[in-house]
Amino acid sequence: MNLTLVPILAVLVSLVAVPLILLSARKPNLREFWTIAAAVVKFGLVLTLIPTALEGESIRYVLWEIAPDLPLALNADPLGIFFAVIASGLWLLTSFYSIGYMRGHGEVKQTRYFASFAICLSSTIGVAFSANLLTFILFYEMLTIATYPLVIHSETDKAIAAGRKYLTYTLTAGLLLIAAAGITYSLAGTLTFQAGGLIPEGVMDQSTAIILFLLFLGGVGVKAGLIPIHSWLPSAMAAPTPVSALLHAVAVVKSGVFGVIRVVGFVFGPSMMMDFGLDQILIVAAGATIILASLLAFKQDNLKLRLAYSTVGHLSYIVLGAALLTPIGFTGSILHISAHATMKITLFFCAGAIAVNLHKKNISQLDGIASVMPWTMAAFTIGSLGLAGFPPVNGFVSKWYLAYGSLQGDMLIPVLVLVFSGLLNVGYFFPIIKRAYFHEGGSELDNHSEASPFMVVPLTITAVASIIFGIAPNLFLHLFDMASTAATSLF
Amino acid sequence: MTDFLLGHYAYWFTILVLAVGLYGILVKRNLVKKTIGLSIFQAGIILFFVAISTKWNASVPIKVKGSHVSEAANFMNPLPQTLMLTAIVVGVATIGVALTLLIAIYKRYETLDEEELLEKFQ
Amino acid sequence: MIVSDLPVLIPLTFLVSALVVTLFGFWKERWGYPLAVLGTLLAVCLSLYGFFQVMDGSMMRYEVGGWAPPVGIEFVYDTLSAFIVLVINSVALIALIHSRVVGKTEFPGKRGGYYAVAMLLMFGFNGMVITGDLFNLYVFLEISSLSSYALIAIGDKKAPFAAFRYLLIGTVGGSLYLLGIGFLYVVTGTLNIIDMSAMLPQVIDNSAVIGGLILMVLGIGIKAALFPLHGWLPDSYTHASSTSSALIAPIGTKVAAYVVLRIMLYLFGDQLVDIGLPVTSIVGALAALGILYGSIMAMAQSELKKMLAYSSVSQIGYVIMGISLSNPFGFIGAVLHILNHALMKGTLFLVAGNLREREGHTNILKFDESYRKKYPWTMAAFTTAALSMVGIPPMAGFFSKWYLALGTIQNSNWLLLAVILISSLLNAVYFFRVLEKVYMRSSASESTSDTERQEVVPSMLWTTTIAAAALIIVGLFNASIVAVIQHMIPAGL
Repeated sequence: MNLTLVPILAVLVSLVAVPLILLSARKPNLREFWTIAAAVVKFGLVLTLIPTALEGESIRYVLWEIAPDLPLALNADPLGIFFAVIASGLWLLTSFYSIGYMRGHGEVKQTRYFASFAICLSSTIGVAFSANLLTFILFYEMLTIATYPLVIHSETDKAIAAGRKYLTYTLTAGLLLIAAAGITYSLAGTLTFQAGGLIPEGVMDQSTAIILFLLFLGGVGVKAGLIPIHSWLPSAMAAPTPVSALLHAVAVVKSGVFGVIRVVGFVFGPSMMMDFGLDQILIVAAGATIILASLLAFKQDNLKLRLAYSTVGHLSYIVLGAALLTPIGFTGSILHISAHATMKITLFFCAGAIAVNLHKKNISQLDGIASVMPWTMAAFTIGSLGLAGFPPVNGFVSKWYLAYGSLQGDMLIPVLVLVFSGLLNVGYFFPIIKRAYFHEGGSELDNHSEASPFMVVPLTITAVASIIFGIAPNLFLHLFDMASTAATSLF
Repeated sequence: MTDFLLGHYAYWFTILVLAVGLYGILVKRNLVKKTIGLSIFQAGIILFFVAISTKWNASVPIKVKGSHVSEAANFMNPLPQTLMLTAIVVGVATIGVALTLLIAIYKRYETLDEEELLEKFQ
Repeated sequence: MIVSDLPVLIPLTFLVSALVVTLFGFWKERWGYPLAVLGTLLAVCLSLYGFFQVMDGSMMRYEVGGWAPPVGIEFVYDTLSAFIVLVINSVALIALIHSRVVGKTEFPGKRGGYYAVAMLLMFGFNGMVITGDLFNLYVFLEISSLSSYALIAIGDKKAPFAAFRYLLIGTVGGSLYLLGIGFLYVVTGTLNIIDMSAMLPQVIDNSAVIGGLILMVLGIGIKAALFPLHGWLPDSYTHASSTSSALIAPIGTKVAAYVVLRIMLYLFGDQLVDIGLPVTSIVGALAALGILYGSIMAMAQSELKKMLAYSSVSQIGYVIMGISLSNPFGFIGAVLHILNHALMKGTLFLVAGNLREREGHTNILKFDESYRKKYPWTMAAFTTAALSMVGIPPMAGFFSKWYLALGTIQNSNWLLLAVILISSLLNAVYFFRVLEKVYMRSSASESTSDTERQEVVPSMLWTTTIAAAALIIVGLFNASIVAVIQHMIPAGL
């Protein structure tokens, strides 16, 4: 089978769905059918690429030259395919969940919601498959714009303020990225991603390298939620829960950390990172973010906000893994993209289910809800155990490789950071579980039962998937092999 | 120094005319006076061009029978003068448009005083 | 043969149209519109044909009246002038087609005169772009300026005063340019651009040459609204009729910027322009200040048209900055931005025209969600143009900024790079302020008339959406445009 066109089709399929979704605005069932159909097709297309990734090969497809020597080009390499599999797989589940959530909540403007959602997914797959920095920026900015209507979906003052904050942060980041790309282009004469680095040796000195790296870090670090440029992420939790789930656990933030991996592995390259001591900058930033975010998570009573700070922390696990500059570290980092995605999406799904079903948003109100929503709370428990790093959930596997990778690089501090952060994770998730299972619930719970199957089924699936990939990381999707293929290609 | 000043008297006069024109445009409150200033400013530039075409002891540039290229020094430079014919036409058109606008302004506000106009805009 | 006559045929089309429109338009007012559109369409076809003749970097020189240059006047139709002519004529065509209904409502009874003057305006602009003679350029400059004063005066109650102020400043600008020509003529004895540029290296030390350069840049700078000479622009664009501002705003300042480009990079060339004074650095700094000033002032406006006008001040800064960088990337960025900004500002002013026609105002503070429901396509066009102005890829606006950024990087001018980036953010602020209102603010009245579609008539709707769609197309396929622009880069740059 000829796979040349698969990457571009995978990007386009959800874009094609947009006009269909808009046209069937008055027929909700048909509209939702288009969303689901696009998600299924997209996931199927991405799945066909897995064998290519396992062989360590990539599929390149040049659309046309968008500027002389700068083509708009897609390149499905193992890393990109890995990210695309995660993103499109979870979109499918989120689509089902969204239908349940939006209808259960009686949300307005659902057409705009589903249309923006589809554009977001196209952009995310585009980010995953970008062959060069210019294409990457193009999809990255498209993602920024398409997410904006989702962030301000509820149109309350709070949501609009959050939307402004989101735009300010991400557009600034986009500009820094453009500046960085411009400097890179003038130094290297190309912007095509190259495993091991695209900037040739000896074209820049120490200070240029640091400035360029900081520009890049500003560009991708905002979406990756590095402290102190993370603060749009908690604010953006004003969005509906499925948006938080997919975009702030999978698409947007993961595009950010994916960008970090691209910059570290494909723009600078591990050896140049090492030569200029750039890895130290990254390790300090990531380590500090992990600890600070975990501490901040303690303070939050709003469930989604606590999850948001947890996300900020866990994103930096991925950044930390990339900063270790060892093959094992990269493997752990890439694996954590998938592990955190499945676990965090489970938790957000649960938070959404609780909000729709019981109208509870704060942790202090969650007393005894495990008795009415047993499935949801079971999934929540699995997700939080995984994030804290307990086996057999997949969080354990990725964390193991992160720790292993830092030992391989003879670094002890990252290991300590990981252990300490694991303890903090236990600290901020345990009270939620304790309240849900062991506290006596109020009388208002009497008339409630489990949430709608549209929501419970997806969250159960993601929870079960977290465990399956924890026990057998290579099952079905060959996630582990893909991650290690992608990681070794850099060295 | 005196030679410099006297030798360039045509240019000093041009600068003076330009300054008078600019003064009218910038300082006068009445819009008609501003227009007159504009006209003076343009006249200054026309004077400058005429001045650069002038030579001592040279005649008007009309070709007579039997004259030769080598005698060009005996004639003034005709080109700047022809340019100024065009510039004068442009100037007339400009003043025409300006006066038309002033009529339109006066019909609407019944004043041509800039301060009063700005007050009426408030 | 028609091909060799093209340089003169294109401006002449407009001159003939102006006469025809005058004759028929005063006789039967409603004839003005179709005749003007027809004339412009013809000019667009000619310029498209001509563009394909010279897009490979070749050049056509036409001797007007058979007098050989440098004595006679010469028209120079090279890739750059062909490109600019095509851009301004196409945008003018869109604006003129759009003007049918606005003309009927905003200046009934005066349409014959209006279209005649519009044709004269385009005659002036085309002549300025194509001519190869400095004095001839002045004449065309005044033709276009006089027409634009008249067009701006057709507007709301304050329009004549705004036009009069523009006339005062504009005429002083034109006169300064003329004085500059005089200085150069005294030294070189020629007015032909190509001839003069060959002579300048020998006389570049003469202070009159430097004085002439400064006067010319100053004079044209006024027409281009280069900061701080932009004072006339905001009021003129705001108070003019929607169709006048849609016609003048996208192309007027661009043509002046093109003249700056010709003077600085062709007549003098990047080697000579900086000999007496660091002209490029000064102009670049002014452009940067203008970019920031225009953006900041735009944020403070509550009137959409005034916001767009200040935004023009800022955008013309990009073009001038690209010229002042005097390197190939900056040149590409500047020329590309002339095209992009013409399309973007055209679209935005057409949207303003649509709103004025339907709502009777363009006060941003009164915008709310009902606008999106009533005018979905108009608002979609606005959104596209706004995203392009902010510089979101793959819209056209991104790419000119990209080349300008590359140009600043090549000169290691980090300050200008920062200005480009910061102004993109400021653009985002003032455009999202509008978008937020249009898409988010729930409307005050709940009546059903506010939610029904009341889109403008097809002639307005289609022109608006085509202009907006062009932004995406130009953005996606700008590589082929840049390939043509590379032929225009003057030798030695």
